[in-house]
Amino acid sequence: MSGWQAFGEFLRTDPRDVGCERATEVLDIYVDVVIAYGAEAAGRRFPGVAAHLRACGPCGEDFDGLLAAVTGTMS
Amino acid sequence: MSSAECAVTAGVRSRGPLDEESREWLRCLAVPAERERALARLHVLLLRAARAELRRRGMSSFVEGREQDDLAHQAADDALVAITGKLDRFRGESRFTTWAYKFVMLEVSVKLGRHYWRNPPVPMGEDAWDRIPDRFGAGPAELAESRELAAALRRAVTEVLTERQRRVFVAIVVDGVPLDALVAELGSTRNALYKIMFDARGKIRAYLVAHGYLDPDGGVP
Repeated sequence: MSGWQAFGEFLRTDPRDVGCERATEVLDIYVDVVIAYGAEAAGRRFPGVAAHLRACGPCGEDFDGLLAAVTGTMS
Repeated sequence: MSSAECAVTAGVRSRGPLDEESREWLRCLAVPAERERALARLHVLLLRAARAELRRRGMSSFVEGREQDDLAHQAADDALVAITGKLDRFRGESRFTTWAYKFVMLEVSVKLGRHYWRNPPVPMGEDAWDRIPDRFGAGPAELAESRELAAALRRAVTEVLTERQRRVFVAIVVDGVPLDALVAELGSTRNALYKIMFDARGKIRAYLVAHGYLDPDGGVP
């Protein structure tokens, strides 16, 4: 992917994106669904959250951390 | 929490199909005789999660050693306050520990956002604009294209963004300030700044498409 293409992807917005507030509200539920049924199932149940986590670095970081914390305690 | 320490008993308010461990947490936190010990055990879990999360983010946060542990304690302490204050909002749609760990992640993000300003990188000034293509992976072979990109972006920022959008976009994209750090600096919220960025991204993209730098479907003309 060229610099232009990568930048174009960064600029692309998804109308389903629910924003940080809503994504944070349900992040724990989303993570438990990912663990129980997989990322695709979580994306089907919460398409707007999945869209947001793809685009928002900080919320994506929170998701990664929460998933690591929960799976760490389960292992 | 072991069942020996905190056995499930009748009378726990039903919040849906809770797993046994979550039910036990709620019961222990509701029973005065067991609450303090439950809070102490919860704090141990939160602190462990905060330390692990700060280590996980270590490469990007530049916080190490004693400072990192101080932040972990602050995050765990504040997460515990948030959890006890919002306990009645837990509806049992996730495991209790997943819900509780979420507050640690949010507190770690807030702490790192504030911590950024203790030792911020030196601003690159005008050079920052020229480095944007590098940050999006442009290689040396794309030098001419990169200059074109930086110039087009700068025109778009000047011509189509509001003052507020311009300030936020430049801080995050041009100067590389983490969004949570900008939240701390502006006294705003992550959601509010993300919305500003969302609108700014859309406007800039429309500008670049209208001026032939991007295809409407996202490709390069």
